[in-house]
Amino acid sequence: MNSLFPKRSKELESDVDSYLDKVSVAGLVLLDGIKSYLEGKADQFEKNYLEISKIESDADQMRRDIKHRLYTYMLIPESRGDVLGLLETIDDIVDVCEKVLEQFSIENPQIPDFLKGDFLTLAELSSKAVEEVVKGAQAFFRQIEMVSNYVNKVHYYEHKADDIEEQLKRKAFNSDEIKRFSYKVHMRYFAEKIALVSDVSESVCERLSVYAIKRRI
Amino acid sequence: MLTVIFFLSSGLFLGWSLGANDAANIFGTAVATKMIKFKIAAIICSLFVVLGAVVSGAGASHTLGKLGAVNELGGAFIVALTAALTVMWMTRIGLPVSTSQAIVGAIIGWNFFSQTKTDLVPLSKIIGSWIFSPILSAFLAFLLFHLVKKIVERSSIHLFRLDSFTRIGLIIVGAFGAYSLGANNIGNVMGVFINSSPFKDISVSHFFTFTSVQQLFLLGGIAIGVGVFSYSKKVMMTVGSGIFKLSPITAFVVVLASSLTLFLFASQGLHDFLDSHNLPVLPLVPISSSQSVVGAVMGVSLAKGARNLNFQKLGQISLGWITTPIASAILSYIALFFMQNVFLEKVFH
Repeated sequence: MNSLFPKRSKELESDVDSYLDKVSVAGLVLLDGIKSYLEGKADQFEKNYLEISKIESDADQMRRDIKHRLYTYMLIPESRGDVLGLLETIDDIVDVCEKVLEQFSIENPQIPDFLKGDFLTLAELSSKAVEEVVKGAQAFFRQIEMVSNYVNKVHYYEHKADDIEEQLKRKAFNSDEIKRFSYKVHMRYFAEKIALVSDVSESVCERLSVYAIKRRI
Repeated sequence: MLTVIFFLSSGLFLGWSLGANDAANIFGTAVATKMIKFKIAAIICSLFVVLGAVVSGAGASHTLGKLGAVNELGGAFIVALTAALTVMWMTRIGLPVSTSQAIVGAIIGWNFFSQTKTDLVPLSKIIGSWIFSPILSAFLAFLLFHLVKKIVERSSIHLFRLDSFTRIGLIIVGAFGAYSLGANNIGNVMGVFINSSPFKDISVSHFFTFTSVQQLFLLGGIAIGVGVFSYSKKVMMTVGSGIFKLSPITAFVVVLASSLTLFLFASQGLHDFLDSHNLPVLPLVPISSSQSVVGAVMGVSLAKGARNLNFQKLGQISLGWITTPIASAILSYIALFFMQNVFLEKVFH
């Protein structure tokens, strides 16, 4: 009856908390990274990229560890599947954040000034979506009735991000300033990549709402 | 001695079937949802059933004794046997059944056969309690559900810690439930043997006497424990994952509410306490633990806004109040006739 010892659940509790903190930081580093890139601070950008890569591998390790211990301690048999599902989909957010900065680092897109504002707004909205989904996940563990509150916010940011993404693409393809079609496609590609962060956050929220309903007493 | 053991065997059989069936009411969900291992549940359950039977079993048995004082070992054998057979037979054809209702029917059968007048005062107390107990259990579950929900929501307790506390809670209420089951239902199993008990009081010192009734109850409690260990796992899996799907926290509420109900109908101490403070008291009567559980589940359903309230189940309960005692009384009458006239055993004097 390992699970009868509250000390072990306390340890696991703080592990889950640190894991969620990592995810939240990933969202902030993504925003920082894109900001640095847009401002042309190449050194700072590379630092952000390295930081997010480390966060991604640390988070992977933490998730595996939590999963392992959930099973060996035989904790929460009722909602174990849901908790693992939640942690795994949240991990996708970190992966996508890392991939975005990686693509920036590899492909080095040439972003014209008139699109920089939209790219920044898009990054801000995606980062906010990550922040709220993490709060939602924290609420899932501690204050189930608050989950829907955060889920709604994520939906809001995702919707806003969609609008900006569309606006950005229209501007890129209608622009005379961007001469080559391939450059336009490149802008579209990066707009979609950044917006993907908020899309993934939204799909985590879909799961979160269902898990929250299941867990209601 | 062999004859005594033979005659007691029907009571022990009844005890075994009680353990096999009713332990699931207490630990069913906890075991089926893997919150508690079966072995731990079985150990706690058996231990506390025996404790409840020996310490607080007298009250409810006394009421059964007033209904019909079966005064020959042969008669007691038949009464317990027919109750056990009724339980077995009705379980087999899928009708809800309670040991309490079966034994009351069998005792009334004996009263008819021995031409003893059935005292209507204890009978009305008993039937009234059967009707009232699921209602009380539902009411308690309703209140407890809201209380637990408030506490959980207000405390913002982490899912993992809540899980630990729920397990500890399930073990504690399980132990309490087993104690109450032993106290309330031991009378069904061994009550009919009290007047013809072959045991003598044992004085350990001047302060402590192990009465013949307690010895009987210990034996009955052990039979229930054997039932728990040998057969209840299967029933637990059915209860826990079949008819009622409960979450561990709702299971906690259901077990606590139904255990409190059993306890209120069994505890002499509580009865005296309430009585001395001029508070309303409940008669000490063996009631059905299964029906208390059904009542508690209904209470929780009502608290959740009456979703999935099973009216068919309610109908089945009410049917059980009538069919079980009648079937058991008829069977008891016929069996007593055979025992007396074919096997030439005294069944009353």
